[in-house]
Amino acid sequence: MSVLVDADTKLLVQGMTGKEGTFHTLRNRAYGTDVVAGVTPGKGGQDIEGIPVFDTVAEAVHATGANTSMIFVGPRFAAEAILESADAGIGLVACITEGIAARDMAEVHAYLEGTATTLVGPNCPGVISPGLANVGIIPGEVCVPGRVGFVSRSGTLVYQIVYELTSRGIGQSTCIGMGGDPVHGIGFIESLAMFEGDPDTDLMIMTGEIGGDDEERAASFIAERVAKPVVAYIAGFEAPVGKRMGHAGAIVTGSSGTAAAKAEALEAVGVQVARTPSEVARLVADRLAG
Amino acid sequence: MDLYEHMGKDLFRAHGIPTPAGRVCGAPQEAAEAARAFGGSAVVKVQVQVGGRGKGGGVELCRSPDAAAVAAERMLRDGFMGHVVDRVLAEELLPIAQEFYTSIVLDRSTGGYLALMTAEGGVDIETLARERPETIRRVQVDPLLGLRSYHVRELTGALPVAAREGAADVVRKLFELLWERDATLVEVNPLVLLDDGRVIALDAKVTVDDNALPRHPDFAALAQEFPIDPVEKRAKDAGLQYVKLDGEVGIIGNGAGLVMSTLDVVARAGAKAANFLDIGGGASADTMATSLEVILSDPAVRCVFVNIFGGITRCDVVANGVLEALTRVDATVPIVLRLDGTNAEEGRRIIDGARHPMIVSVPTMDEAAAEAARLSREAA
Ligand SMILES: Nc1ncnc2c1ncn2[C@@H]1O[C@H](COP(=O)(O)OP(=O)(O)OP(=O)(O)O)[C@@H](O)[C@H]1O
Ligand SMILES: [Mg+2]
Repeated sequence: MSVLVDADTKLLVQGMTGKEGTFHTLRNRAYGTDVVAGVTPGKGGQDIEGIPVFDTVAEAVHATGANTSMIFVGPRFAAEAILESADAGIGLVACITEGIAARDMAEVHAYLEGTATTLVGPNCPGVISPGLANVGIIPGEVCVPGRVGFVSRSGTLVYQIVYELTSRGIGQSTCIGMGGDPVHGIGFIESLAMFEGDPDTDLMIMTGEIGGDDEERAASFIAERVAKPVVAYIAGFEAPVGKRMGHAGAIVTGSSGTAAAKAEALEAVGVQVARTPSEVARLVADRLAG
Repeated sequence: MDLYEHMGKDLFRAHGIPTPAGRVCGAPQEAAEAARAFGGSAVVKVQVQVGGRGKGGGVELCRSPDAAAVAAERMLRDGFMGHVVDRVLAEELLPIAQEFYTSIVLDRSTGGYLALMTAEGGVDIETLARERPETIRRVQVDPLLGLRSYHVRELTGALPVAAREGAADVVRKLFELLWERDATLVEVNPLVLLDDGRVIALDAKVTVDDNALPRHPDFAALAQEFPIDPVEKRAKDAGLQYVKLDGEVGIIGNGAGLVMSTLDVVARAGAKAANFLDIGGGASADTMATSLEVILSDPAVRCVFVNIFGGITRCDVVANGVLEALTRVDATVPIVLRLDGTNAEEGRRIIDGARHPMIVSVPTMDEAAAEAARLSREAA
């Protein structure tokens, strides 16, 4: 099976009538995703190739039974779009929008804690369960159904690594692009927990990058709660060390945020850390064979 | 965007946070004048977008106008840790009774804000955090509720009684500033208690959220004041993410993660990347031409590695874009091109068919990195 999105996904798209929104909505539908509605304030009553447009998410949910939302609304209004979906009872929101202010996301993050809504993103490529549903901008043509779960901070690395897996005949249960913004929805820990509980996922891949301490915290979680094998990749060993101003960042996390520190933390808990994207696919193949 | 200390202090003053009297100086003479205005002495502080100035000779306590001029001259001439310095801040030298530390930061691990305070400021705060973390008080601030009185009491409880009221006022105003101006960090190290009992911010580190710049038009003017490398500026104007590095293999890729990964793979192949350049989603001929121009303007570049994963942008389209770009830009060094993903074979066929003398087409990322490393060694 899969996590987050599947054959039961009924997708509505906030910002569907924009150029990007329309393009990806139609791609998702062509992939087989059940796209039931679009929402653009002021454009209720129109349609895009047969997909009805509503003025509000609540109206769209009422009329179509949508349970998942994908957001292409511009950065100024995207945070509100997430809140609107949460208030309308949408279970899963994938926010593709890039450039949302961190303060807005901090409010959204705090608000969602009191709701049943799961957020993926923002600034992310979305989620695909190959063969079942594609919610976002991951190119479905590089994926095949299978039993490897994948979660990544970077979008293009998802495409690259999935492509290498597929080329070796290794399919995926679900690929999650969690996005790289400082304040975001589900991260490595939530994703790994879902894959751990998914009877149709045998192994998981996580790809991280420099900055923050998501990978270090994932390492502790893996040590305590994950029994399935995990293969990791970290990008940014050679990246220029970001100029740091204050000291508060390091005091808060106690971590340097470097790729080396992250790889070390993961290796310390028995996770195999690949050094190149192709090595990820190689390690996964070995692991599945062994 | 990391602000200079004097910009941070302007924000502090606008929000009612006390700071020393100070003047921004672009020449040694101005620092001497400032010292005279402050009664004969001054603290001269280099203005850069990095910390650690105190330890690195970027802060000098000057007892005479002449000394202030000498300090300013040195800083303006030598720069600071490789950074160009076009201004210093000359401030009144204040009688300090005690130095503390306070900050509020966006905490990415919780998605909220974290406020910190300790009585042991001025010293190496990172060492303190490692060795005696219990001396630093921390409170989580829910973004929906804001900083409340009990948070403030908890924080200032770390300080001697004489400083609590003044520090409470500062931290409240710091939170207002952070919130209203979309800062992701406000840090005061040191926050000081003066001999006369006043509590005042001697340093200001403010980082504002780049994503929020559109709602603060006044920050756009500040952004213009930071020195920017002309090549980086050119790339930025074209909508490209470019960072100059010190290697010899020019890098072009699509997507930040993939480009970072490319730098790593090139390093494993024994070479060093000359830059980071992310062309984002669309690899059009225009984007490719500008990217090549930007990279080839760096004299250190001995070969270019174009690493494209075709997702929604198909590789055949990318291949045509690269070829068209090369009719406009003169390739002075070999270009290793790796196309993978959607329609990769078709893309490679187009490249092979064109038989461009400077393009070497290699199917995988690892092999392409090895080839780029070999070519750059050969050209050395
Ligand atoms: N106006 C002033 N009057 C008296 N002393 C001062 C003044 N400004 C700075 N100092 C002294 O210089 C020290 C270093 O100054 P400041 O904190 O601004 O530099 P810094 O290098 O940015 O510190 P860091 O990067 O470690 O936070 C202070 O701890 C203080 O003791
Ligand atoms: Mg300081």
